[in-house]
Amino acid sequence: MRLGQRFYVVEVVAGLALTAHHFFRNMGRHIAHALGRTDVKGAVTVQYPEEHRPYSPRLRSLHRLVRREDGSPRCVACMMCETVCPARCIYIVADEHPNPEIEKVPARFDIDLGKCVFCGYCVEACPEDAIRMDTGILEFSSYSRTGMIYTKEMLLSLEPASPDGRPTSPVPIPAGRRP
Amino acid sequence: MDLGIAFGRVAFVMLFVLNVGGLLTWVERKQSAIMQDRIGANRASIFGLRLMGLFHPLADAIKMLTKEDFRPARADRFLFTLAPFVSVFFALAAFASIPFGDTLHLAGREIPLQAITLNVGILYVFAMLSLGVYGVMMAGWSSANNFALLGGQRAAALMISAEIAIGASIMGVIMVYGSLNMQDIVRGQGEPLLPRVFGAWIPAWGILTQPLAFLLFLTAGIAATKRIPFDMPEGESEIIGYFIEYSGMKFGMFAMADFLESVVIAGMTTALFLGGWQVPYLTAGGFQFPWGWTLGLPHLLVVLLQVSAFVLKVSAMIFVLMLIRWTLPRFRYDQAMRLGWLGLFPLSIANIVVTGLILLVGRS
Repeated sequence: MRLGQRFYVVEVVAGLALTAHHFFRNMGRHIAHALGRTDVKGAVTVQYPEEHRPYSPRLRSLHRLVRREDGSPRCVACMMCETVCPARCIYIVADEHPNPEIEKVPARFDIDLGKCVFCGYCVEACPEDAIRMDTGILEFSSYSRTGMIYTKEMLLSLEPASPDGRPTSPVPIPAGRRP
Repeated sequence: MDLGIAFGRVAFVMLFVLNVGGLLTWVERKQSAIMQDRIGANRASIFGLRLMGLFHPLADAIKMLTKEDFRPARADRFLFTLAPFVSVFFALAAFASIPFGDTLHLAGREIPLQAITLNVGILYVFAMLSLGVYGVMMAGWSSANNFALLGGQRAAALMISAEIAIGASIMGVIMVYGSLNMQDIVRGQGEPLLPRVFGAWIPAWGILTQPLAFLLFLTAGIAATKRIPFDMPEGESEIIGYFIEYSGMKFGMFAMADFLESVVIAGMTTALFLGGWQVPYLTAGGFQFPWGWTLGLPHLLVVLLQVSAFVLKVSAMIFVLMLIRWTLPRFRYDQAMRLGWLGLFPLSIANIVVTGLILLVGRS
């Protein structure tokens, strides 16, 4: 240990100089920001509900069911996703499709997001590219468990996120979301 | 009428200390945030008005007042309730003899700008600061909790080691200015430090006459406030400390006592080392600059300038205390004890000896 370190004072003053430098630099930037220089920021933090950091394009967010041109789901109710799901949060009831060229159609397609672990296996397993996790929606907390269950209609109504990762469709609200 | 004036003086000091102490919770949040490139608490709002988080102390107070006031079943009911009041009371009372201005001449009366005029004011502040530790010890003892007891013990040990250093470092100041009256000490700091050279002079502020005592007093003073880097009684990371069983506003009072003690230490440092209410080159009649300029000022304006100088110096001192609190890591218990007994104490004794020798040589 150097002599200066043993007596604290030198090192303490050096530390105080560092933090004081940060304080006055940031204070100056805050004042400049308040005076109209909006490109200058006094803090590196993001004010979350108002500001978002850009999401990665690979982000796995709320699922959506891809639609055919006529608006019906592309899903053929093959149960691949339900089978592969490690959290067992997908529940599918299959039905006949009027078009004989299409094998089946889901009558029900529920995802319990309270159980979902966002692994993305369902997207990988799907042979029809009918389920994707690219909506950019992350804020779908709920006061109740039933409020986390998303039905086929809700999942069908969603659109992919815009290139900056922001959601383009409103968050669907399941029944029982409010307390 | 005299009673009214006395009441006004006390009310001024009380309101000043209480408000600054309350505001310090905001200052602490914001200053630490800005030092760490953050924004700090800014969400509390009234009708969407945020005012940079100024409502957070208010929200804190409401929260603490409405929380459950819990008392452990085996706690000593009387002492447990008394402890936070003792802490806050002595922290508040300590500021009383710190002068915030020169004598005010108003309507033929002489009003000393000081809550109480004591000729041993410095001993009074010192006594009140040390009595504050009783609240902490009572809290630690009466909580019927081992961690609280440990915190109380540590507080007592820390207080003793810090206060010996405070007392011994103040001794040098008392020797230089030759008085125990804080008002006289502040007046003494308006005199020239060295003999005037062609009329040029610098005021004999305590930080210039007693630089080592200033450092020692500041260090021991921070220890007396029980805040980081000397937060052994609290010890967030090891024992939660003497207030572990307290909740609601009683806990809030302990937190407030720490802030009030910071204000007192800042006020004492200002009065003893930074010239108190002295504005450089401001005499009772106005400014008299050493390079020959003079500027006459009415008496009221002079007093106003002096009081604002005092408030400004205290605020600057509080800034420094906060800066230290948010810069330095905390000392371990044994490190703090070693610093107090083997560092501060011998150095302040040496300071007394050296000051005495210099005074002796200067006089003869």
